[in-house]
Amino acid sequence: MKSISIIGAGPAGIEAASVLAKQGMTVALFEKSSSPLKNIADKAFLFPNFAAAGDIVELMNKKLLNQNITLHNDTEIVNMQREGNGWKIIDSKGAAYYSDSVLLATGYTPFDAHRKEELGYGIYGGVVTSLEMEKMIRYNKIVNSLGEKPKRVAFLQCVGSRDEKSGNHYCSKVCCVTAVKQAIELKRQLPDVEAYIFYMDLRMWGQHFEEMYRESQQEYGVRYVRGRISEASGTFDGRVQIKAEDTLMGLPLKMTTDLLVLMVGMEASEGTRCLSKACGICGDYGFAQSADPHLGDCLTVQDRLYVCGSCKRPMSINDVINDARAAAVAIIEAE
Amino acid sequence: MNKFGFTISQGRQLNFDEMKTDKVEKLLELVPSYKFCIGCGGCTAACSAAGYTDYNIRKIHTSFFRAQYDGLDEQLKRCMLCGKCLLVCPRGVNTRSLIINMRRLLANVQPNTFVRKGAEQ
Repeated sequence: MKSISIIGAGPAGIEAASVLAKQGMTVALFEKSSSPLKNIADKAFLFPNFAAAGDIVELMNKKLLNQNITLHNDTEIVNMQREGNGWKIIDSKGAAYYSDSVLLATGYTPFDAHRKEELGYGIYGGVVTSLEMEKMIRYNKIVNSLGEKPKRVAFLQCVGSRDEKSGNHYCSKVCCVTAVKQAIELKRQLPDVEAYIFYMDLRMWGQHFEEMYRESQQEYGVRYVRGRISEASGTFDGRVQIKAEDTLMGLPLKMTTDLLVLMVGMEASEGTRCLSKACGICGDYGFAQSADPHLGDCLTVQDRLYVCGSCKRPMSINDVINDARAAAVAIIEAE
Repeated sequence: MNKFGFTISQGRQLNFDEMKTDKVEKLLELVPSYKFCIGCGGCTAACSAAGYTDYNIRKIHTSFFRAQYDGLDEQLKRCMLCGKCLLVCPRGVNTRSLIINMRRLLANVQPNTFVRKGAEQ
Protein backbone atom coordinates (compact mmCIF):
# COMPACT_ATOMS: atom_id res chain seq x y z
CA MET A 1 0.00 0.00 0.00
CA LYS A 2 1.36 3.43 -0.99
CA SER A 3 1.91 5.97 1.75
CA ILE A 4 1.68 9.74 1.70
CA SER A 5 2.48 12.52 4.15
CA ILE A 6 0.20 15.56 3.94
CA ILE A 7 1.56 18.64 5.65
CA GLY A 8 -1.15 20.98 6.94
CA ALA A 9 -4.62 20.01 8.19
CA GLY A 10 -6.62 22.88 6.76
CA PRO A 11 -9.41 22.41 4.22
CA ALA A 12 -6.82 21.45 1.55
CA GLY A 13 -5.01 18.83 3.61
CA ILE A 14 -8.20 17.27 4.98
CA GLU A 15 -9.99 17.09 1.61
CA ALA A 16 -6.98 15.48 -0.09
CA ALA A 17 -6.46 13.10 2.86
CA SER A 18 -10.08 12.00 2.70
CA VAL A 19 -10.00 11.29 -1.06
CA LEU A 20 -6.66 9.44 -0.91
CA ALA A 21 -7.65 7.37 2.15
CA LYS A 22 -10.82 6.23 0.39
CA GLN A 23 -8.64 5.09 -2.50
CA GLY A 24 -6.68 2.89 -0.09
CA MET A 25 -3.59 4.98 0.51
CA THR A 26 -2.02 5.27 3.96
CA VAL A 27 -2.21 8.93 4.92
CA ALA A 28 -0.26 10.69 7.66
CA LEU A 29 -1.64 14.20 8.19
CA PHE A 30 0.56 16.69 10.06
CA GLU A 31 -0.79 19.81 11.79
CA LYS A 32 1.38 22.27 13.69
CA SER A 33 -1.42 23.54 15.96
CA SER A 34 -3.43 21.58 18.48
CA SER A 35 -6.42 20.97 16.20
CA PRO A 36 -7.17 21.05 12.46
CA LEU A 37 -8.94 23.87 10.53
CA LYS A 38 -7.56 26.68 12.71
CA ASN A 39 -8.07 29.34 10.02
CA ILE A 40 -11.78 28.59 9.59
CA ALA A 41 -12.56 28.01 13.26
CA ASP A 42 -13.39 31.64 14.08
CA LYS A 43 -15.10 32.53 10.83
CA ALA A 44 -18.81 33.33 10.88
CA PHE A 45 -20.17 32.63 7.41
CA LEU A 46 -18.54 31.72 4.14
CA PHE A 47 -19.29 33.48 0.85
CA PRO A 48 -21.07 33.27 -1.50
CA ASN A 49 -23.95 31.35 0.12
CA PHE A 50 -23.45 32.43 3.76
CA ALA A 51 -22.86 28.84 4.86
CA ALA A 52 -22.14 28.72 8.59
CA ALA A 53 -18.40 28.13 9.00
CA GLY A 54 -19.09 25.94 12.04
CA ASP A 55 -21.07 23.51 9.86
CA ILE A 56 -18.25 23.32 7.32
CA VAL A 57 -15.73 22.61 10.10
CA GLU A 58 -17.95 19.85 11.47
CA LEU A 59 -18.41 18.22 8.05
CA MET A 60 -14.69 18.46 7.27
CA ASN A 61 -13.75 16.95 10.62
CA LYS A 62 -16.00 13.97 9.81
CA LYS A 63 -13.89 13.34 6.71
CA LEU A 64 -10.98 12.55 9.01
CA LEU A 65 -12.80 9.50 10.44
CA ASN A 66 -11.10 6.97 8.20
CA GLN A 67 -8.85 4.19 9.44
CA ASN A 68 -6.27 4.98 6.74
CA ILE A 69 -5.74 8.51 8.11
CA THR A 70 -3.45 9.23 11.07
CA LEU A 71 -3.66 12.82 12.30
CA HIS A 72 -0.57 14.21 14.06
CA ASN A 73 -1.57 17.38 15.91
CA ASP A 74 1.06 19.67 17.49
CA THR A 75 3.60 18.46 14.95
CA GLU A 76 5.40 21.18 13.05
CA ILE A 77 7.32 19.89 10.06
CA VAL A 78 10.47 21.98 9.63
CA ASN A 79 12.51 20.08 7.06
CA MET A 80 12.24 17.44 4.37
CA GLN A 81 14.63 15.54 2.14
CA ARG A 82 14.73 12.68 -0.36
CA GLU A 83 15.04 9.16 1.03
CA GLY A 84 15.40 6.56 -1.73
CA ASN A 85 12.38 6.95 -4.01
CA GLY A 86 10.36 8.63 -1.32
CA TRP A 87 10.62 11.41 1.26
CA LYS A 88 11.76 11.84 4.82
CA ILE A 89 10.16 14.68 6.74
CA ILE A 90 11.38 15.96 10.08
CA ASP A 91 9.42 17.78 12.77
CA SER A 92 10.59 20.49 15.17
CA LYS A 93 11.38 17.90 17.87
CA GLY A 94 13.67 16.00 15.50
CA ALA A 95 11.36 13.04 14.85
CA ALA A 96 11.48 11.68 11.29
CA TYR A 97 8.60 10.25 9.24
CA TYR A 98 8.96 8.33 5.98
CA SER A 99 6.50 8.07 3.09
CA ASP A 100 6.40 7.39 -0.67
CA SER A 101 5.16 10.87 -1.49
CA VAL A 102 4.44 14.24 0.13
CA LEU A 103 1.63 16.73 -0.41
CA LEU A 104 2.27 20.30 0.73
CA ALA A 105 -0.90 21.94 2.06
CA THR A 106 0.76 24.43 4.36
CA GLY A 107 -1.46 27.33 3.38
CA TYR A 108 -1.26 31.05 4.02
CA THR A 109 -0.92 33.45 6.88
CA PRO A 110 -2.83 36.75 7.13
CA PHE A 111 -0.85 39.92 6.42
CA ASP A 112 0.36 41.53 9.63
CA ALA A 113 -1.48 44.88 9.68
CA HIS A 114 1.07 46.39 12.09
CA ARG A 115 3.32 46.76 9.06
CA LYS A 116 1.04 49.48 7.67
CA GLU A 117 1.75 51.82 10.54
CA GLU A 118 -0.05 54.77 8.93
CA LEU A 119 -3.35 52.89 9.28
CA GLY A 120 -2.97 52.79 13.05
CA TYR A 121 -3.49 49.10 13.71
CA GLY A 122 -2.32 48.26 17.24
CA ILE A 123 -2.20 52.00 18.01
CA TYR A 124 -5.88 53.03 17.96
CA GLY A 125 -8.47 50.68 19.42
CA GLY A 126 -10.99 51.41 16.66
CA VAL A 127 -8.76 49.91 13.96
CA VAL A 128 -9.32 46.17 13.53
CA THR A 129 -8.47 43.55 10.91
CA SER A 130 -10.98 41.64 8.82
CA LEU A 131 -10.25 38.54 10.93
CA GLU A 132 -11.20 40.37 14.12
CA MET A 133 -14.34 41.70 12.43
CA GLU A 134 -15.24 38.16 11.40
CA LYS A 135 -14.91 37.06 15.02
CA MET A 136 -17.10 39.94 16.22
CA ILE A 137 -19.74 38.92 13.67
CA ARG A 138 -19.50 35.26 14.63
CA TYR A 139 -20.00 35.93 18.34
CA ASN A 140 -22.59 38.65 17.73
CA LYS A 141 -20.54 41.29 19.48
CA ILE A 142 -19.72 44.12 17.07
CA VAL A 143 -18.42 46.95 19.25
CA ASN A 144 -16.11 49.94 18.93
CA SER A 145 -13.05 50.58 21.12
CA LEU A 146 -15.28 51.73 24.00
CA GLY A 147 -17.40 48.59 23.88
CA GLU A 148 -20.39 50.44 22.39
CA LYS A 149 -22.42 49.70 19.28
CA PRO A 150 -20.81 51.49 16.32
CA LYS A 151 -22.72 54.09 14.30
CA ARG A 152 -20.38 54.03 11.32
CA VAL A 153 -17.96 51.38 10.06
CA ALA A 154 -15.45 51.80 7.22
CA PHE A 155 -13.77 48.91 5.42
CA LEU A 156 -10.48 49.40 3.59
CA GLN A 157 -9.48 47.00 0.81
CA CYS A 158 -6.00 45.93 -0.32
CA VAL A 159 -4.19 46.13 3.04
CA GLY A 160 -0.93 44.32 2.29
CA SER A 161 -2.04 43.43 -1.24
CA ARG A 162 -1.30 45.25 -4.51
CA ASP A 163 1.09 47.33 -2.46
CA GLU A 164 4.73 47.81 -3.30
CA LYS A 165 5.38 49.26 0.16
CA SER A 166 4.44 45.91 1.70
CA GLY A 167 6.46 44.04 -0.90
CA ASN A 168 3.33 42.33 -2.23
CA HIS A 169 2.42 43.20 -5.80
CA TYR A 170 -0.23 40.53 -6.10
CA CYS A 171 -3.98 40.62 -5.42
CA SER A 172 -5.14 38.46 -2.49
CA LYS A 173 -8.33 37.68 -4.37
CA VAL A 174 -10.76 37.05 -1.49
CA CYS A 175 -10.75 40.38 0.37
CA CYS A 176 -13.09 42.26 -2.01
CA VAL A 177 -15.94 39.82 -1.61
CA THR A 178 -15.16 39.30 2.08
CA ALA A 179 -15.70 43.03 2.73
CA VAL A 180 -19.02 42.91 0.86
CA LYS A 181 -20.02 39.84 2.87
CA GLN A 182 -18.97 41.38 6.19
CA ALA A 183 -20.79 44.64 5.39
CA ILE A 184 -23.98 42.65 4.73
CA GLU A 185 -23.56 40.70 7.98
CA LEU A 186 -22.87 43.94 9.83
CA LYS A 187 -26.08 45.50 8.50
CA ARG A 188 -28.04 42.36 9.36
CA GLN A 189 -26.91 42.58 12.97
CA LEU A 190 -26.97 46.37 13.27
CA PRO A 191 -29.36 47.79 10.63
CA ASP A 192 -28.79 51.42 11.66
CA VAL A 193 -25.04 51.41 11.17
CA GLU A 194 -23.54 53.29 8.18
CA ALA A 195 -21.19 51.06 6.22
CA TYR A 196 -18.59 52.40 3.79
CA ILE A 197 -16.23 50.32 1.68
CA PHE A 198 -13.09 52.05 0.37
CA TYR A 199 -11.87 50.20 -2.72
CA MET A 200 -9.38 50.48 -5.56
CA ASP A 201 -11.20 48.05 -7.88
CA LEU A 202 -13.95 45.72 -6.77
CA ARG A 203 -12.96 42.32 -8.11
CA MET A 204 -16.13 40.28 -8.02
CA TRP A 205 -14.67 37.30 -9.86
CA GLY A 206 -16.72 34.39 -8.54
CA GLN A 207 -20.20 33.09 -9.13
CA HIS A 208 -22.79 35.20 -7.25
CA PHE A 209 -20.18 37.74 -6.08
CA GLU A 210 -21.46 40.53 -8.33
CA GLU A 211 -25.00 39.73 -7.18
CA MET A 212 -23.85 39.99 -3.55
CA TYR A 213 -22.30 43.39 -4.32
CA ARG A 214 -25.58 44.54 -5.86
CA GLU A 215 -27.57 43.11 -2.95
CA SER A 216 -25.35 45.02 -0.50
CA GLN A 217 -26.32 48.24 -2.33
CA GLN A 218 -30.00 47.42 -2.80
CA GLU A 219 -31.01 45.69 0.43
CA TYR A 220 -28.45 47.03 2.87
CA GLY A 221 -27.47 50.48 1.58
CA VAL A 222 -23.73 49.80 1.82
CA ARG A 223 -21.86 52.77 0.29
CA TYR A 224 -18.76 52.46 -1.86
CA VAL A 225 -16.01 55.05 -2.17
CA ARG A 226 -13.21 54.59 -4.70
CA GLY A 227 -9.96 55.62 -3.07
CA ARG A 228 -7.24 54.31 -0.80
CA ILE A 229 -7.18 55.53 2.79
CA SER A 230 -3.81 57.20 3.28
CA GLU A 231 -3.85 57.57 7.05
CA ALA A 232 -5.90 56.98 10.14
CA SER A 233 -5.62 58.88 13.39
CA GLY A 234 -7.33 58.54 16.73
CA THR A 235 -9.84 61.12 18.01
CA PHE A 236 -10.11 62.15 21.65
CA ASP A 237 -13.39 60.24 21.99
CA GLY A 238 -11.91 56.91 20.93
CA ARG A 239 -12.99 56.98 17.29
CA VAL A 240 -10.85 56.97 14.15
CA GLN A 241 -10.49 59.76 11.63
CA ILE A 242 -9.53 58.67 8.15
CA LYS A 243 -8.27 60.53 5.11
CA ALA A 244 -8.62 59.41 1.54
CA GLU A 245 -9.30 60.77 -1.90
CA ASP A 246 -12.73 60.28 -3.35
CA THR A 247 -11.30 59.59 -6.78
CA LEU A 248 -14.67 59.79 -8.53
CA MET A 249 -15.06 63.34 -7.22
CA GLY A 250 -11.39 64.24 -7.52
CA LEU A 251 -11.49 65.65 -3.99
CA PRO A 252 -9.81 64.71 -0.72
CA LEU A 253 -12.15 63.55 2.02
CA LYS A 254 -12.15 63.02 5.75
CA MET A 255 -14.48 60.91 7.81
CA THR A 256 -14.76 59.95 11.46
CA THR A 257 -15.70 56.35 12.00
CA ASP A 258 -16.20 54.05 15.01
CA LEU A 259 -14.46 51.11 13.41
CA LEU A 260 -11.94 50.93 10.60
CA VAL A 261 -11.73 47.37 9.29
CA LEU A 262 -8.51 46.55 7.43
CA MET A 263 -9.08 43.84 4.81
CA VAL A 264 -5.75 42.07 5.25
CA GLY A 265 -4.35 40.03 2.40
CA MET A 266 -2.76 36.59 2.29
CA GLU A 267 0.93 35.83 2.52
CA ALA A 268 2.76 32.51 2.34
CA SER A 269 2.72 30.90 5.79
CA GLU A 270 5.94 30.22 7.69
CA GLY A 271 5.57 26.51 6.89
CA THR A 272 5.05 27.23 3.19
CA ARG A 273 8.15 29.44 3.04
CA CYS A 274 10.34 27.07 4.99
CA LEU A 275 9.35 23.80 3.25
CA SER A 276 9.15 25.12 -0.30
CA LYS A 277 12.67 26.44 0.18
CA ALA A 278 13.86 23.15 1.69
CA CYS A 279 12.73 21.16 -1.35
CA GLY A 280 13.58 23.71 -4.02
CA ILE A 281 10.10 24.74 -5.18
CA CYS A 282 10.03 28.25 -3.70
CA GLY A 283 8.23 30.62 -6.07
CA ASP A 284 7.21 34.29 -5.97
CA TYR A 285 6.65 35.95 -2.58
CA GLY A 286 7.53 32.74 -0.71
CA PHE A 287 4.60 30.75 -2.12
CA ALA A 288 5.20 27.21 -3.43
CA GLN A 289 5.67 26.93 -7.18
CA SER A 290 3.70 24.33 -9.14
CA ALA A 291 5.13 22.63 -12.24
CA ASP A 292 2.74 24.25 -14.72
CA PRO A 293 -0.21 26.59 -14.18
CA HIS A 294 -2.37 24.79 -16.77
CA LEU A 295 -1.50 21.12 -16.94
CA GLY A 296 0.48 20.46 -13.77
CA ASP A 297 -0.80 22.83 -11.14
CA CYS A 298 -0.68 20.22 -8.38
CA LEU A 299 2.65 18.75 -9.50
CA THR A 300 6.11 20.19 -8.82
CA VAL A 301 9.53 19.86 -10.42
CA GLN A 302 10.34 17.34 -7.67
CA ASP A 303 9.30 13.74 -8.16
CA ARG A 304 6.53 12.62 -5.77
CA LEU A 305 6.12 16.05 -4.26
CA TYR A 306 2.71 17.66 -4.78
CA VAL A 307 1.17 21.01 -3.82
CA CYS A 308 -2.40 22.12 -3.23
CA GLY A 309 -4.39 25.01 -1.79
CA SER A 310 -3.28 28.43 -0.66
CA CYS A 311 0.39 27.48 -0.24
CA LYS A 312 0.55 28.18 -4.01
CA ARG A 313 -1.29 31.51 -4.14
CA PRO A 314 -4.22 33.25 -2.46
CA MET A 315 -7.34 31.12 -2.87
CA SER A 316 -10.88 31.02 -1.50
CA ILE A 317 -11.99 28.08 0.67
CA ASN A 318 -14.17 26.52 -2.03
CA ASP A 319 -11.35 26.80 -4.57
CA VAL A 320 -8.96 25.25 -2.05
CA ILE A 321 -11.24 22.24 -1.58
CA ASN A 322 -11.56 21.73 -5.35
CA ASP A 323 -7.81 22.11 -5.75
CA ALA A 324 -7.20 19.48 -3.06
CA ARG A 325 -9.39 17.02 -4.95
CA ALA A 326 -7.49 17.84 -8.14
CA ALA A 327 -4.22 17.13 -6.30
CA ALA A 328 -5.60 13.82 -5.02
CA VAL A 329 -6.44 12.76 -8.59
CA ALA A 330 -2.96 13.80 -9.78
CA ILE A 331 -1.42 11.70 -6.98
CA ILE A 332 -3.58 8.64 -7.76
CA GLU A 333 -2.64 8.94 -11.46
CA ALA A 334 1.05 9.20 -10.69
CA GLU A 335 1.41 6.59 -7.94
CA MET B 1 -8.60 95.24 3.43
CA ASN B 2 -7.65 93.45 0.24
CA LYS B 3 -4.39 95.30 -0.22
CA PHE B 4 -2.21 92.27 0.34
CA GLY B 5 -3.41 90.45 -2.76
CA PHE B 6 -4.42 87.23 -1.06
CA THR B 7 -7.57 85.85 0.55
CA ILE B 8 -8.48 82.92 2.75
CA SER B 9 -9.24 79.82 0.69
CA GLN B 10 -12.27 77.70 1.41
CA GLY B 11 -11.44 74.09 2.30
CA ARG B 12 -11.96 71.68 -0.56
CA GLN B 13 -12.00 68.55 1.56
CA LEU B 14 -15.21 66.52 1.61
CA ASN B 15 -16.24 66.21 5.23
CA PHE B 16 -18.42 63.15 5.73
CA ASP B 17 -19.09 64.13 9.34
CA GLU B 18 -20.89 67.35 8.46
CA MET B 19 -22.72 66.39 5.29
CA LYS B 20 -26.30 67.55 4.91
CA THR B 21 -27.76 64.56 3.13
CA ASP B 22 -31.52 65.26 3.27
CA LYS B 23 -31.68 65.89 -0.49
CA VAL B 24 -29.64 62.76 -1.14
CA GLU B 25 -32.01 60.64 0.93
CA LYS B 26 -34.97 62.20 -0.89
CA LEU B 27 -33.36 61.46 -4.25
CA LEU B 28 -32.76 57.82 -3.30
CA GLU B 29 -36.38 57.58 -2.29
CA LEU B 30 -37.54 58.99 -5.65
CA VAL B 31 -35.01 57.09 -7.77
CA PRO B 32 -34.19 53.93 -5.81
CA SER B 33 -32.27 52.46 -8.74
CA TYR B 34 -29.52 55.03 -8.13
CA LYS B 35 -28.29 52.81 -5.30
CA PHE B 36 -26.92 50.49 -7.97
CA CYS B 37 -24.58 53.05 -9.56
CA ILE B 38 -21.01 51.78 -9.78
CA GLY B 39 -19.54 55.02 -11.12
CA CYS B 40 -18.47 53.49 -14.44
CA GLY B 41 -19.10 56.65 -16.49
CA GLY B 42 -21.08 54.90 -19.20
CA CYS B 43 -23.72 57.65 -18.91
CA THR B 44 -21.14 60.36 -19.64
CA ALA B 45 -19.64 58.39 -22.51
CA ALA B 46 -23.03 58.05 -24.22
CA CYS B 47 -24.16 61.61 -23.44
CA SER B 48 -25.20 63.82 -26.40
CA ALA B 49 -24.34 67.01 -24.52
CA ALA B 50 -20.96 65.80 -23.24
CA GLY B 51 -19.51 65.72 -26.74
CA TYR B 52 -19.97 69.48 -27.17
CA THR B 53 -19.91 70.98 -23.67
CA ASP B 54 -18.19 70.21 -20.38
CA TYR B 55 -21.40 68.65 -19.12
CA ASN B 56 -20.47 65.48 -17.19
CA ILE B 57 -23.48 63.66 -15.79
CA ARG B 58 -21.38 61.08 -13.91
CA LYS B 59 -19.58 63.86 -12.07
CA ILE B 60 -22.85 65.69 -11.40
CA HIS B 61 -24.66 62.77 -9.81
CA THR B 62 -21.54 61.76 -7.86
CA SER B 63 -21.34 65.34 -6.52
CA PHE B 64 -25.04 65.30 -5.66
CA PHE B 65 -24.60 62.03 -3.81
CA ARG B 66 -21.80 63.62 -1.76
CA ALA B 67 -24.10 66.59 -1.01
CA GLN B 68 -21.94 68.99 -3.05
CA TYR B 69 -24.79 70.91 -4.69
CA ASP B 70 -23.06 74.16 -5.73
CA GLY B 71 -23.49 74.97 -9.39
CA LEU B 72 -25.22 71.71 -10.23
CA ASP B 73 -28.52 73.36 -11.19
CA GLU B 74 -26.80 75.46 -13.87
CA GLN B 75 -24.91 72.46 -15.23
CA LEU B 76 -28.01 70.27 -15.34
CA LYS B 77 -29.72 72.73 -17.70
CA ARG B 78 -27.47 71.45 -20.49
CA CYS B 79 -29.13 68.04 -20.45
CA MET B 80 -31.59 67.59 -23.35
CA LEU B 81 -33.21 64.56 -21.74
CA CYS B 82 -32.47 62.42 -24.80
CA GLY B 83 -32.16 59.37 -22.57
CA LYS B 84 -29.11 57.73 -24.16
CA CYS B 85 -27.55 57.40 -20.69
CA LEU B 86 -30.58 55.34 -19.73
CA LEU B 87 -29.91 52.89 -22.57
CA VAL B 88 -26.27 52.23 -21.71
CA CYS B 89 -26.35 52.02 -17.89
CA PRO B 90 -25.11 48.52 -16.96
CA ARG B 91 -26.88 48.61 -13.61
CA GLY B 92 -30.28 49.79 -14.88
CA VAL B 93 -30.21 53.17 -13.14
CA ASN B 94 -33.10 55.35 -14.29
CA THR B 95 -30.75 58.19 -15.17
CA ARG B 96 -33.33 60.42 -16.88
CA SER B 97 -35.54 60.30 -13.80
CA LEU B 98 -32.40 60.97 -11.76
CA ILE B 99 -31.70 64.15 -13.74
CA ILE B 100 -35.27 65.43 -13.58
CA ASN B 101 -35.48 64.79 -9.85
CA MET B 102 -32.08 66.36 -9.16
CA ARG B 103 -33.31 69.49 -10.98
CA ARG B 104 -36.51 69.56 -8.95
CA LEU B 105 -34.73 69.02 -5.64
CA LEU B 106 -32.15 71.71 -6.43
CA ALA B 107 -34.92 74.16 -7.39
CA ASN B 108 -36.81 73.18 -4.22
CA VAL B 109 -39.82 72.14 -6.29
CA GLN B 110 -41.89 69.51 -4.56
CA PRO B 111 -40.62 66.47 -6.49
CA ASN B 112 -43.76 64.40 -6.08
CA THR B 113 -46.03 66.93 -7.75
CA PHE B 114 -46.33 65.24 -11.11
CA VAL B 115 -45.56 61.67 -10.11
CA ARG B 116 -48.09 58.90 -9.87
CA LYS B 117 -48.04 57.46 -6.39
CA GLY B 118 -45.58 54.58 -6.12
CA ALA B 119 -44.15 55.08 -9.60
CA GLU B 120 -40.50 55.88 -10.20
CA GLN B 121 -40.54 58.56 -12.84
